[in-house]
Amino acid sequence: MKKYLSFFRLRFIMGLQYRAAAWAGVATQFVWGGLLIAMFRGFYVTEPENFPMTFQATVNYIWFQQAFLALFAAWMLESEIFESIRDGNIVYELCRPMRIYPLLFVRAMAMRISRAGLRCFPVLLFAACLPKPYGLSAPDGPAAFLLFPVSMVLGLLVTVAFGTLIYGVTFFTVSPDGLRLLVTSSMDFFNGAVIPLPFFPERIREVMEILPFAAMQNVPLRIYSGDLAGAEALRAVGLQCFWLLLLMVLGQTVMSGAEKKLTIQGG
Amino acid sequence: MIRMENICKSYRVAKRNAGFKEACRTLFRREYDIVRALDHVSFTIEDGEMIGYIGPNGAGKSSTIKILSGILTPDSGTCVVNGRTPWKDRQNHVRDIGVVFGQRTQLWWDVPVIDSYELLRDIYSIPPEVYHEHLEELTALLNLEELLKTPARQLSLGQRMRCEIAASLLHGPKILFLDEPTIGLDAVSKLAVREFILRQNREHGTTVILTTHDMQDIEALAHRIILIGKGRVLMDGSLDRLRGGGETIDETVAELYRSYDI
Amino acid sequence: MKQSLALYLRYVSIHIKSMMEYKLSFFMTAAGQFLVSFNVFLGMFFLFQRFSTVAGFTYSQVLLCFSIFLMEFSLAECVARGFDTFSVIVRKGEFDRIMVRPRGLIFQVLASRFELTRLGRMLQALVMFWYGVTRSGIHWNGLKVITVVFMLTGGTLMFCGLFLVGAALCFFTLEGLEVMNIFTDGAREFGKYPAGVYGKRILQFCTFIVPYGLVQHYPLLYLLDQKRGIVWVFVPLLACFFLLPCYGLWRLGVRRYQSAGS
Repeated sequence: MKKYLSFFRLRFIMGLQYRAAAWAGVATQFVWGGLLIAMFRGFYVTEPENFPMTFQATVNYIWFQQAFLALFAAWMLESEIFESIRDGNIVYELCRPMRIYPLLFVRAMAMRISRAGLRCFPVLLFAACLPKPYGLSAPDGPAAFLLFPVSMVLGLLVTVAFGTLIYGVTFFTVSPDGLRLLVTSSMDFFNGAVIPLPFFPERIREVMEILPFAAMQNVPLRIYSGDLAGAEALRAVGLQCFWLLLLMVLGQTVMSGAEKKLTIQGG
Repeated sequence: MIRMENICKSYRVAKRNAGFKEACRTLFRREYDIVRALDHVSFTIEDGEMIGYIGPNGAGKSSTIKILSGILTPDSGTCVVNGRTPWKDRQNHVRDIGVVFGQRTQLWWDVPVIDSYELLRDIYSIPPEVYHEHLEELTALLNLEELLKTPARQLSLGQRMRCEIAASLLHGPKILFLDEPTIGLDAVSKLAVREFILRQNREHGTTVILTTHDMQDIEALAHRIILIGKGRVLMDGSLDRLRGGGETIDETVAELYRSYDI
Repeated sequence: MKQSLALYLRYVSIHIKSMMEYKLSFFMTAAGQFLVSFNVFLGMFFLFQRFSTVAGFTYSQVLLCFSIFLMEFSLAECVARGFDTFSVIVRKGEFDRIMVRPRGLIFQVLASRFELTRLGRMLQALVMFWYGVTRSGIHWNGLKVITVVFMLTGGTLMFCGLFLVGAALCFFTLEGLEVMNIFTDGAREFGKYPAGVYGKRILQFCTFIVPYGLVQHYPLLYLLDQKRGIVWVFVPLLACFFLLPCYGLWRLGVRRYQSAGS
């Protein structure tokens, strides 16, 4: 456990060293969120009766999405890992006294948490200071307040598990760049990064909500403002646990296959 | 002819301190150190000389090369290369020089070497007959015949370096800067590269300025050595003068570094 | 000029040759590029399943706006990709190599990258454009066709200017570049709706600071007969002036690079 912690601390300090990058990230996320809200406002002002969430819930969704972008963004995969898989340097990782799946899993998680940890607070702070209804509001009651962090952690784990699965599949493909673009862009669509899932037509949404992609940012961000509540919320959290287990088993299997391939073919 | 007089150059480098608290603090306030990379550097190099420009890492070697090749503007001092100030008249100046950065490639990775050469021909607007003459000569001397049709990524390090050197000489420069030209090469390639450089100097009168950590390179190529440390020229003279007796060149230079405390 | 064009075409042919070494990767990336902007389109499509108009614009009108904007963006990306990936060029030291070549810096940076994978995006833009043109109920005439041509010209140049700014910033910081994403990727993302949708303040910003509005919002209103008068035909061309300050910043950046090194 200690080696994971020190690894994590190192990454965090590394992130802090690049102060311009940190501030640039905060500014970008803030402007991006503002523009998204302005866009949804455009629709809301024209036809409020067709809006599927409350406006405040949408605003909260967007601010959290921007603040925690690094936790949930599908494209935030490490190109170093792809590169080392392509040129075969990944075999050096096999020399370490750790299995490759947990190693990549922890590494991806550390990367995401350290990036988000650096950037989320300023964004959330700014957002909380904005006037109603454009700012961040308090959570929807104590149940949401308690369930939100649990679902956040699960959402992060599902995202990371999926990412690690992609790393694993990369071992077996010739064109990792293309694969990465294809998978991440469809992921962004299905997990509610392009538009929140409630904005999709009813029928499509029902299918999307069962998919593993919905178990990422969709659940925690909607629980916070009460868009998902009660039994529905619990069901969604249960689904998160299910996908997490399945993706981890799947990832582990693929990775053992890759390890075998590496040790037999020598990269 | 190259003449450098009292060239000074200093950089501002951000301080980065260790520790978590310090890292948080630099998020808001940052301190800088001034590093003097070059401190009144002067020397003159005549046409056709072969110079070994040596010194430990961070001594100011690459800053000097960058100034001479027109990439960097010094804080003060004058520098005239073939009658021109490099950074003021960049485009005309660089027609006369060739640069080999040993660690980086100027060849296109995925296409045959000859395609890179033809692009260079157009970049430097080399007349066709001159280009053919140069290419033929370089191909013969560096044994490139087989390599020209191979993509650069499939070449071995030694083969690539030979192609690299040829690329820098296609336009027939008067001055050649070589930065670590033999780094990572096997013994055979090293000898081939050295022999070629000697010959280029002898037959075309090309001025060669060589920076390297490989003292055998210096011994084989340089008639004169300029030693730089902490941004100052510490010694300028022939190799024989520097060497007292029978010790090897590596020992001589290490002794030199120690005596100047660099 | 003619010679530069020939040289540029030689660069392009080498780029294509390199690309063809990785055909599969090329097609996958092109498909991926297609998907990325297709996502943006799908998001919009599903929103319009729920809402019939936004700020007075119908679905097909917004689609027309999006397609023209996307075409401008992908054209600029195809040509000026060298600026867009300039941080890589600086980091890898490629810019030093560019400085020791006897050609203009901007020319060489432009020529150093050529991104044909953007064809995926352009194809999509064309399909949407066709749909938008046929469904938006615009009464076409010669002036309106010219307006569209001017929109494409002005917009492409404006995006080139933005990429140039991003490149110039690389001379000052290699860390804070993410901010530029707001203006490039952000514009691609949010420029699908006419700037007026986002409210008055943002429209003002998009008129006077970065002229997005000049190449989409205002000419679109002219196409839809909501603005009258021949002046509006030429409004998109005003966006070209945006290149001037961008070029100034680039000059400043180059000077800084020459004085600070890398």
